[in-house]
Amino acid sequence: MVFLGIVLGAVLGYASIRFKVEGNPLVEKVEATLPQTQCGQCGYAGCRPYAEAVAAGKAEPNQCVPGGDNVAKSLADLLGVEFKPVGGGEGSGPKPRQVAFIDESTCVGCTACIKACPVDCIIGASKLMHTVIANQCTGCELCVPACPVDCIAMLPVKENIANWKWHYPVIEIKKAA
Amino acid sequence: MRTLYKFHGGVHPPEHKEESNRLPIAPAPLPKRLTVPLRQHIGNPAIPVVKVGDQVLKGQMIGAADGFISAAVHAPASGTVSAIEPHAVPHPSGLPDLCITIEADGEERWIERAPLDYRNADPDAVRLRLRDAGVVGLGGAVFPSHVKLNPGAPAGIKTLVLNGAECEPWITSDDRLMRERAAEVVEGIKIMAHLMRPEEVLIGIEDNKPEAAAAMQAACRGTGYEVVVVPTLYPSGGEKQLIKLLTGKEVPAGRRPVNIGVTCSNTGTAYTVHRAVNHGEPVISRIVTVTGNVLEPRNFETLIGTPIAEIVQLAGGARPGTTHYIMGGPMMGFGLDNLNAPLTKAVNCVISASPALFPPAPPPMPCIRCGRCAQACPCELQPQELFWFSHSRNFDKARAYNLFDCIECGACSYVCPSHIPLVSYYRFAKSEIATRDMEKKLAEQARERFELKQQRLEREKQEKAARFAEKAAAAAAAKAAAAASGVEDPEAAAKKAAIQAAVERAKAKKAEAAAKAEGAETPAEKIPQGDSDPLRAKARAESYAASTENNTDS
Amino acid sequence: MSAPHVLTPDRSVSTIMLMVLGALVPAICAYYYFFGPAILISLALASVTAIAAEAAMLRLRKYPLKFFLFDGSALLTAWLLALSIPPMAPWWLIVAGTAFAIIVAKHLYGGLGNNLFNPAMVGFAVLMISFPAFMTQWPAPLMLSQHPVGFTEALQYYFSGTLSGVKLDAVTMATPLDTLKTQLQLQHAVSDVQQMPIFGAFGGKGSEIIAAMYLLGGLFLWQKRIITWHIPVSFLATLILIAAVFYGIDGSRYASPLFHLFTGGAMLGAFFIATDYVTSPTTPRGKLIFGAGVGLLEYLIRVFGGYPDGIAFSVLIMNAAVPLIDAYTQPRVFGHNTKAE
Ligand code: SF4
Ligand code: SF4
Ligand code: SF4
Ligand code: SF4
Repeated sequence: MVFLGIVLGAVLGYASIRFKVEGNPLVEKVEATLPQTQCGQCGYAGCRPYAEAVAAGKAEPNQCVPGGDNVAKSLADLLGVEFKPVGGGEGSGPKPRQVAFIDESTCVGCTACIKACPVDCIIGASKLMHTVIANQCTGCELCVPACPVDCIAMLPVKENIANWKWHYPVIEIKKAA
Repeated sequence: MRTLYKFHGGVHPPEHKEESNRLPIAPAPLPKRLTVPLRQHIGNPAIPVVKVGDQVLKGQMIGAADGFISAAVHAPASGTVSAIEPHAVPHPSGLPDLCITIEADGEERWIERAPLDYRNADPDAVRLRLRDAGVVGLGGAVFPSHVKLNPGAPAGIKTLVLNGAECEPWITSDDRLMRERAAEVVEGIKIMAHLMRPEEVLIGIEDNKPEAAAAMQAACRGTGYEVVVVPTLYPSGGEKQLIKLLTGKEVPAGRRPVNIGVTCSNTGTAYTVHRAVNHGEPVISRIVTVTGNVLEPRNFETLIGTPIAEIVQLAGGARPGTTHYIMGGPMMGFGLDNLNAPLTKAVNCVISASPALFPPAPPPMPCIRCGRCAQACPCELQPQELFWFSHSRNFDKARAYNLFDCIECGACSYVCPSHIPLVSYYRFAKSEIATRDMEKKLAEQARERFELKQQRLEREKQEKAARFAEKAAAAAAAKAAAAASGVEDPEAAAKKAAIQAAVERAKAKKAEAAAKAEGAETPAEKIPQGDSDPLRAKARAESYAASTENNTDS
Repeated sequence: MSAPHVLTPDRSVSTIMLMVLGALVPAICAYYYFFGPAILISLALASVTAIAAEAAMLRLRKYPLKFFLFDGSALLTAWLLALSIPPMAPWWLIVAGTAFAIIVAKHLYGGLGNNLFNPAMVGFAVLMISFPAFMTQWPAPLMLSQHPVGFTEALQYYFSGTLSGVKLDAVTMATPLDTLKTQLQLQHAVSDVQQMPIFGAFGGKGSEIIAAMYLLGGLFLWQKRIITWHIPVSFLATLILIAAVFYGIDGSRYASPLFHLFTGGAMLGAFFIATDYVTSPTTPRGKLIFGAGVGLLEYLIRVFGGYPDGIAFSVLIMNAAVPLIDAYTQPRVFGHNTKAE
């Protein structure tokens, strides 16, 4: 998500020249900045509708909760407005990635979660247990309240060898002493 | 004499080969417990095919290859599977990974080992054998050999390069292997050559291993394979560098050697290919150099899964003053924190490090742009620029300056007078860029899937509306027919019905528009997590309505 | 623990700087021999100032003194400046120049490794512009001076501004380059001018030997792989070339390439100033362009400009172009633009 912000940084110089462009180009740019979690926490049905609202000036650029302050900042830059932290002051960074996990022994196969999932990443047929395609899950949590038997839990994605990243070298030139 | 080409740069760190290359390879005793990681190669980790409590035979497959780029893993000894769980592994992250633990019973009962007559077998069958025997590149990259040993390109393979350069200081496992088992290595090369059908086979060996070169030369007599002695210059054993040295060809950036008709394999790999095909023995052991600050540096043929701590003991144990251990060579290896981690196919060397042998790096100073790194870089990069951009997290620039062509050989850090851990910065930047690319891809996929779902819902809605309109039309027609009872022609009735339907649609549209207008005014304050659902659902419903409307308009 | 676990044992920033300082020693000896002990005072003053300024700036910027103070880079700046300005000057001249070089040109630009302009040359340029009178008071070679200045006399002059017994004019002299310029304006031919006692076999008397010592030191640095051949060669080649062109056009109005090579700051500039790592390009092609640029500007400023020698200004002008040069001369990377692609 930070990445999207930074990638957009490159576009920003260009965008700031022609910010006020009405219509689609701005919507596209706003949308490219959003994390695409499709969680609706911004008050819109998904990232695209929110992008449209932001571009049309109907929504503030600081409503995307998963995107956090980084996205809010990029959007504010994009729109040429003052940056306000997400959530009216408290501010937030992007949350650690999490995915939904369906306890398959409890699942009653009601399909409620399938309807709730904005990215169709829950598979299973009516009356059969359901399962989440973890790779596609955006962690939007919309399926959690939808489940009548509370069998969906959000699990943070743990660091493992496959997703491990090299860290920024700790020995800072200045601090070395 | 073959003309040798040159690659740019390179460094010549103290070799330290003498310590460990004087004694012959010694067999390591069977440890009590073996821990076999399922991820010992590039690609998907193997899938366990045994359960806790199972009895396994020596060489029995315990993890099956998962997909094309993957390889099997095997029980290094007969015994009982006691655990399948995350366990410390030799990895720079220090994170645990899924391993199968086997309590050895000491009986060393083998599976049935059947040689494969590769000359008369389907090449694909030979490759399958390699995959199921867990044969991977033993030079460090652990790329599955059955994938590599596939000519693929219609142009075919011109040159098969065998990498016996072993350019990293301290390591002598390939050196000893070539000295002692040259004939078997050559048998393996024959299988490789059979699979690849190259026009020439070149075996590159650095000139600091004259005995190995002589042994290989003797073993190659009559085969037409050529042993080429290359100057000792790190990193001549880098795949792309060795290919350049021997053939003068450069592997294009981002491509594989096969794209220019070359394949490069390690000599140690050739040996395991031979064991797997001609003896039916999967890869359950490898030769590992134990050196540095140990009592008796030497090479050992050690079972995969042996704890590193026991391997250090084989060499008489660490001498006093040992501060840490290095897996692999000093140029590209990594420090190991947990000595319980087992030996894997990728580990060719264990170095016990002391401050005397490996003085800690002085604190880094700023880059003074001396350009020494650029003179040393075998990839002809400008490491100081890459450092500048990685250090300031200017990832786009780092990528534009070809960060991803860096092979992380460490030559630049080695020469840097400011002692900057350059490679650490490159690794950081590379993995950061990779993660971001991945996140971007996932976000893109999420967006697509979201749109697909929207389209589906919209379609369903339209279908519903269409059905409703049809019904209305039918009802209207029936009514009209009843009222006029034949006075008006049926055509007019149908027309009337259609109009009726359109009115209905317009009405529906209006309702939706109203709903949308409401939606636009949805207060946009932060919604408390718990009771957010109704609001969100509402927002979504409205949005769907809006998009449906847009669609009917167009 | 990060790879690689081994580092070159014999190269660090301070060893490099020390070698460069060492390479200057023969020239300093020659300087002492031909022009008297004043240069030693000048060097000492510059060194002390540089270290003090460096320490103050490091402390202010909260860098660990231990590693940075003795990296030798400040000392090198001080020496290069001291060798570039006349050694017979009031003490505050060299002190002010060095302090400006270290504080402004080096640290305010980001410190070691980050400064865009060569600090020594910035110091030189500032002095040249602010105190042009002092900057032309070059001492006469000892063998031409009726009154060779000894150590105590030099010291006295540094701190009191006067010499006992003689006037300053008696011990200073215009430099060969200056002389040539003024004489040419008086319509004398180059060959005649070069008969004057201040001229030596092919450069200035004494100073040609110092230049040769710089050349020697430069070759030592090249042999030790501290510098690459690119900048000195392209610098000197360009200088020779353009000098030869003008010499060919009119040998009586333009001095020979050899003269240009061995007078003024050409040798010092080619091997020690233009090759400063931080402020020169890092790519081989970039170095060639940079060297050629400095060589060209050096000749133009020397021959047609208002200043007696052009090394400082030509280096500074080219310094400004370094980021651009580097960006446009990135070498081909392994595996790119191969025929197989
Ligand atoms: S809050 Fe959720 S739906 Fe709204 S823009 Fe952010 S990620 Fe997308
Ligand atoms: S599975 Fe649940 S948390 Fe994951 S994307 Fe679908 S609705 Fe959101
Ligand atoms: S680590 Fe990368 S940048 Fe450094 S020398 Fe090796 S290839 Fe070049
Ligand atoms: S070797 Fe080190 S100090 Fe020199 S240019 Fe490279 S990174 Fe900078």
